[in-house]
Amino acid sequence: MPKDDSLDRIAERLGLSRRAFLKFCTGVAATLGLSSQAGVAMAQAVAASRRPSVIWLSAQECTGCTESLLRATHPTLETLILDMISLDYSETLMVAAGHDAEVARHAAMKENHGKYVVVVDGSIPTKDGGIYCKVAGKTMQEHLYEAAEGAAAIIAIGSCASWGGVPASGPNPTGAVPVSEIIKDKPVINIPGCPPNPYNFLATVMQLITYGTVPELDKENRPKFAYGRLIHENCERRPHFDAGRFATEFGDEGHRKGWCLYKLGCKGPETYANCPAIEFGDVGGGAWPVGVGAPCFGCTEKGVGFTKPLHEQAKVATHTPPDMFPPVHPDVGQGVTPGAAALVGAVAGAILGGTAVTVRELGRMEKQAHDEHDASA
Amino acid sequence: MSEYRILKRPLLTPVTLFFGVLAVIGLILLAKRFIFGLGSVTNLNDGYPWGIWVVYDIMIGTAFACGGYALALTVYIFNRGQYHPLVRPALLASLFGYGLGGLSAVIDMGRYWNAWQIINPWQQNFNAVMLEVALCITAYVTILIIEFLPAVLERFKLETWRRRLDRVLFIFIAIGVVLPTMHQSSLGSLLILFGQKVHPLWQAVEFLPLLALVSAVTMGFAIVIFEASLVSLKLTREPETHLFAGLGRIARWLLVAFLAFRFIDLTRRDAWGYAFDGSFEAFMFWAETALFILPVILLFRESRPVHSPGMGRGPILFLSGVCVLLAGALYRINGVLVGFNPGPGFHYFPSVEELLVTLGVIAMEVVGYLLVIKLFPVLPKPHPEIDHGKSAATSQAPAAQA
Amino acid sequence: MKRRDFLKMAGSGAIIATSAGEVSARGNRPVSEEAVGMLFDATRCIGCRACVVRCKELNGMPPVTSEGAGMWDEAQELDARTLNIIKAYKGEDTQGQPEFSFIKRNCMHCVDPGCVSACPVSAMTKDPKTGIVDHHPDICMGCRNCVVACPYNIPKYEYNDAFGQIQKCRLCNQKGLERIDQGLLPGCAEVCPTGANIYGKRKDLLEEAKRRLSLKPGDEYHYPLNHLDSPFTAPAKVGEYQTHIFGEKEGGGTQVLLLAGVPFEKLGLPDLPERSYASMSETVQHTIYKGMFAPMTLLAGLLYVARRNTQDKTPDELD
Repeated sequence: MPKDDSLDRIAERLGLSRRAFLKFCTGVAATLGLSSQAGVAMAQAVAASRRPSVIWLSAQECTGCTESLLRATHPTLETLILDMISLDYSETLMVAAGHDAEVARHAAMKENHGKYVVVVDGSIPTKDGGIYCKVAGKTMQEHLYEAAEGAAAIIAIGSCASWGGVPASGPNPTGAVPVSEIIKDKPVINIPGCPPNPYNFLATVMQLITYGTVPELDKENRPKFAYGRLIHENCERRPHFDAGRFATEFGDEGHRKGWCLYKLGCKGPETYANCPAIEFGDVGGGAWPVGVGAPCFGCTEKGVGFTKPLHEQAKVATHTPPDMFPPVHPDVGQGVTPGAAALVGAVAGAILGGTAVTVRELGRMEKQAHDEHDASA
Repeated sequence: MSEYRILKRPLLTPVTLFFGVLAVIGLILLAKRFIFGLGSVTNLNDGYPWGIWVVYDIMIGTAFACGGYALALTVYIFNRGQYHPLVRPALLASLFGYGLGGLSAVIDMGRYWNAWQIINPWQQNFNAVMLEVALCITAYVTILIIEFLPAVLERFKLETWRRRLDRVLFIFIAIGVVLPTMHQSSLGSLLILFGQKVHPLWQAVEFLPLLALVSAVTMGFAIVIFEASLVSLKLTREPETHLFAGLGRIARWLLVAFLAFRFIDLTRRDAWGYAFDGSFEAFMFWAETALFILPVILLFRESRPVHSPGMGRGPILFLSGVCVLLAGALYRINGVLVGFNPGPGFHYFPSVEELLVTLGVIAMEVVGYLLVIKLFPVLPKPHPEIDHGKSAATSQAPAAQA
Repeated sequence: MKRRDFLKMAGSGAIIATSAGEVSARGNRPVSEEAVGMLFDATRCIGCRACVVRCKELNGMPPVTSEGAGMWDEAQELDARTLNIIKAYKGEDTQGQPEFSFIKRNCMHCVDPGCVSACPVSAMTKDPKTGIVDHHPDICMGCRNCVVACPYNIPKYEYNDAFGQIQKCRLCNQKGLERIDQGLLPGCAEVCPTGANIYGKRKDLLEEAKRRLSLKPGDEYHYPLNHLDSPFTAPAKVGEYQTHIFGEKEGGGTQVLLLAGVPFEKLGLPDLPERSYASMSETVQHTIYKGMFAPMTLLAGLLYVARRNTQDKTPDELD
């Protein structure tokens, strides 16, 4: 890797050592499933390019997504993110307020037209003209149309922005819909989760700014690197499922022993996410819902989280028949062994040989007796 | 005087020694079975709970032991007194066959200490074919002992008892015919319950008892011919062909009857297709059928006034007898083992130890038979017609072995 | 008696054994009104094996482990330690598409069981009310005729035990457990999380099975959990069923009924006629031995003939 001052500069600005910064970028690359070389490329991209403008719109949300992002704990992550990207508008994080904030947003959108990234958290109300969520006198729908118009990419972060989430469930009084139902002419990258794992968002953004490309998406427009695998198939409690050991009540013997939570309504068997692999909060030790004994409720899955009752049992999406089950016709019993075959052969031979010899001798004896009889007669 | 004599020969001979060793090996393995369980000696498994012990020792063994039955039928029921001299050796063989068959059943029982439940009237299940088989075999062993008792009484010269027994012997003879008729047919009926597991070539359902009975009686005649031939060749050096030639004539008609029933059954069940599907079962079916047909040809040729100069009557009868025995044995092995398929994945072939036990049981039979004919008046006296001085000399000459 | 007469007799015997058998044939046993059973719906089974574990626990059966590994039960087939098993079928359908199904195997609790018919000492019993096929090892003599006579190879003998016994599913109602009598469910039905295996009266289960077959694939159906009258149901989309209820008619019917999305023969279930083998066997047996009439007649005839043929003989000619 060529010695590059820019890396040192950015590292200094971030209050990091050059080594720590490279390490972070390599870690993000690994989350994306890229090589360590990509990590270096990423570091250089972060250092070299002009920080891309990000407009963060908050609709009907709880700020959980933002909070989650803030709690990504690798060295002062919030600093890093806020420095790597130019967060030009965020109701939660920006210093400016009121008209200043609006001005900043408009300026950023104008300046970076066609290049900025829109991030949306929260669902969009549509009932009664969308009046249930307004900022600066405009409905969220209007804000979204306005922002999406010149956006290079739109990221829907959190379950609300991805599928509607809490506001869209139940009677849905506000007519809440996900971003993808408002913006139909541009692809919307969904990073579902309640809250989503910050690294899934970070990794997506890093790929966007490094390569200018969108990660491979599944049919629900979720990045495959994060949402390609079934929780159930990577769960540390899976052996308990396979062995038929289930917690049946919170606090029962099985629950205390860490058995499978399927019977408590765990939605792991129908939910796609990388939670078992990267966990939450960077503390390790199985710190993710199922790991700490709370059944997965399927937040990353459309039609599962906020839709299915918490304790309803999941539909088990099995992709491939498991190999560890007994087949319909397993082998039972011992077939012919060389020893047994030899013994049977020997007996058969003895019968055949004995018969042949006896037949011959009988004939001889009979002839003899016959001759004697004739002679004596 | 009696028509029977004690064979004057040394008790211990190389032949008895050879079979004695086999019997001891069998006994040692049986000890292993009783200490460590059936699985330690046999290859029995959840798909094949019945193996060579049941098929050979009980099904084939008792069919081989039908000589007493076949002769009792001929001599006492059809009143053919000329075969009377053959009765005792046949009864002795039957006694050993059935006695060891019953013993084998106990050996094969997983919970032999409960065997007495078979005579517990509160537990008997009269729907069960097995109950009838078990009761009949137990009873028949007793009957065989009684039928053989005259030889023992004669040996110890207990004439009063002998006369008393003779007066009621006809009862035991009659029962001794009914019992094998019942259980030999039932040994066939056992297969009905095996249902779809038995290959269509052998699952004859309603015909099973008939086929089993006819083949067993035929095997009874065959074993008499077989034993008498061997005894005359190896022990007495006196041809007894004239004694059992007539049995061959009965046997050939029984064989024809068996084959007719077999073919009628296959036709009525539309099962002929299986005989030509090239499977292993089809091959075994043809091997078995060939063994049934061959003695028919031989026995019909034997009875023609002029027969081929190459082979005498004795050898032809003996060969036919062996064929019938093998055919009957194969018919049973095919029905219960070869044609028995509990489902894909299940395998069974008797283990070496299992086979050695079966050989041991056969050896016990041979040793027992050889000992008893040297201790009790069992074998027929030499035929007067050819007993003119010459035979005495022959019988004194050291007979081949024995 | 002439040989010809004997052959005639044998022939008529055959006719009695065959043709008369049809006349007085015993049909399949009727199903008791109160007969209980289970319905296993393979389209609902997720292969969690909770039923296998619960079965072992309740029946006190040790796990089957391969040498050197004791992580969990590795039973491959029903055996004397495994009375209930979940197997997986993988294969291709008629169009060559991969297909897959779990199947639960345990005693089918036949309406007309071969094992009960075969047992000479009545150690296998069928409860007249519940229809549960039970086994009594204290009476059993271990002849294993029940194993041979079972079309599903269910009873299993403990071959590696000098004092082994027959083991089979007794629907958790055996002496000492008596879960049905206590109003509890069989272990496997109690723990099934998806309603793949439910307990109930056979007639109701049959009705339920027919109802499921009448549903269209893709319909929403509330599958009862654990037992038919359960207040808990699992709503789910109806899968593609084979239009056949295994156990409705097979071998005279079974009290454990099966539904599946793939043909049953692929799941290892035998193709059985509607008439039970027990009824065939007992028809033949009772035709021959009805009131012991035939054997007694034969005995009487033989006694007469044997007496006549032995009477005029000297003792020497006799014996």
